[in-house]
Amino acid sequence: MSVLLQVQNVSKKFGGLTALKDVTFDLPSGQILGLIGPNGAGKTTLFNTINGVYKNDGGKVIFRGVDISDKKPYEVSKLGMSRTHQIVRPLNDLTVLENVQVGACFGHENHSLAQSLSIAKDTLEFVRLDQKIDQLASSLNVAQKKRLEMARALAAKPYLLLLDEVLAGLTPSEIDEMIKTILAIRDQGITILMIEHVMKAVMNVSDRIIVLDYGQQLAEGTPEEISENPEVIRAYLGDPKLAEKLMEDR
Amino acid sequence: MKHWYHPGFWIVLLLVMGIGIFPIISQDAAARESGFSVLLAISMAVSLNIIMGYTGYVSFGHVVFYGLGGYTGMYLIDSLGMSLPVAVIGGGAMSALLAFLLGKAILRLRGAYFALATIGINEAVRTFISNFDPFGGPTGIELQFSVYKVYGGAANALWITYYGVVAIAIFTVIFSYWIKSSKFGLGLMSIREDEDAAEVLGIVTPDAKTRAFMYSAILPGMLGVLFFFKNGNVEPGDAFRLHFSIESLVMIMLGGQGTLLGPVIGALSYQRLRVSLLTSDLSIGPLPLKEFQLVIAGLLMLLIILFIPAGLVGWLRQKFNALRKVLL
Repeated sequence: MSVLLQVQNVSKKFGGLTALKDVTFDLPSGQILGLIGPNGAGKTTLFNTINGVYKNDGGKVIFRGVDISDKKPYEVSKLGMSRTHQIVRPLNDLTVLENVQVGACFGHENHSLAQSLSIAKDTLEFVRLDQKIDQLASSLNVAQKKRLEMARALAAKPYLLLLDEVLAGLTPSEIDEMIKTILAIRDQGITILMIEHVMKAVMNVSDRIIVLDYGQQLAEGTPEEISENPEVIRAYLGDPKLAEKLMEDR
Repeated sequence: MKHWYHPGFWIVLLLVMGIGIFPIISQDAAARESGFSVLLAISMAVSLNIIMGYTGYVSFGHVVFYGLGGYTGMYLIDSLGMSLPVAVIGGGAMSALLAFLLGKAILRLRGAYFALATIGINEAVRTFISNFDPFGGPTGIELQFSVYKVYGGAANALWITYYGVVAIAIFTVIFSYWIKSSKFGLGLMSIREDEDAAEVLGIVTPDAKTRAFMYSAILPGMLGVLFFFKNGNVEPGDAFRLHFSIESLVMIMLGGQGTLLGPVIGALSYQRLRVSLLTSDLSIGPLPLKEFQLVIAGLLMLLIILFIPAGLVGWLRQKFNALRKVLL
């Protein structure tokens, strides 16, 4: 299995604060890699550094053999990497359909407006938002907005999808639905890197997991290895319940 | 795959055509003069709407493109002896060039900073032109009366400039609709809604913004040439009047930014209001109403921002869902 994304010694500083330090991992095609860690560990910063929102302060990001360390977000997108945002960012005054068309039009397949129409409709059906096609994006609820973000990212037909806490704020039944969607995306051959706080979900869907703490990689391994790693449990001890939950959910 | 059959487009196009054709049929000079200023206002507002309404960047000093285009055209006619059509194209090209260079420099600024920068640019260009000898410095450029001979005399030249402004007004509407319904336009509206999200979605924002700025600058440049050719002379004070910019903003806000019909309706009603104030004998205390045009503009802007920020057309679209299919 070929390596889709290589992150090599990536660091990021904000003034005197080191948000990321020497983060290194490989992500093979077709896998789901979970990224967990306490709040403020640098998970979203890592996403922003990978897809070009932030410029890294050292290290390299290689995507499909291309060094994307110095590329802008739109260049990264055109190479076939899409993402969702932790705090949803719908294009409020556009319809749900138009939102998803944007993804298809400007993503790496660069479709025309006419072609994007059928892609957007199919994608909305896939994330089960097809009833809302003509509504303004601002009229959706949070769960629907998360699906919209996902549809927008998927419509670009990416090789790699970065999911930033798509389960946060959802009800248990919504979470189950979303997990099914995530697995279905993986089955389409799209590689996924996901940040998640809902342990049950991340333990169940991930092939491998990376734990970040204070911007450093604390551990990396299969879900089993991670849940038994004493260092990980210690990192989560600030929140003993979470550590307990981590064990339970295994 | 444009939806050229969309009723919202035809409503606007027929409206503008109607305004333009009426004086031609009646062959009435007074109707032509008021038609000229209405169509000028419409084209300015529709052009400004490309950067302001579609892209979300408020260009406060947009009159700079009108002024610079006008100057360029007048120079081409007066000093280089070129014909009016060539001068009009030259004026548009010069404005597009300025917009391109500005786009590279100041379109990275967002919100109020961009708006302030455009005011600064207008003042800077005005000062530069006031001291630029080839353009006549502070006295500007005055056309020789003989220039109009080629166009069948001054009276006929007035009709020719009128046909020019009708053509440009019709073209701006088609152009604006083309942008709104294209993939490029979808990108602009994404930038307006959330520029960072637009970048992540793959929109090459610096290029898209620069292109939008150029598109919104070309037609004001051409209009400037027509206006000052008709006027016979151009001076820095006339060419770079900041309040002309502000009036265009009010027109867009009044009608509804980001819509196709809004700037047209806004320009039309603002011009009507302006004319009725200018010709009014009424007064508030010792102040005659005719001095009040800009005061009213200011008040109007305040009221719109407070109560109907979406403008008339935007408000109608929000209130009556059925109108979404008819009004663009």
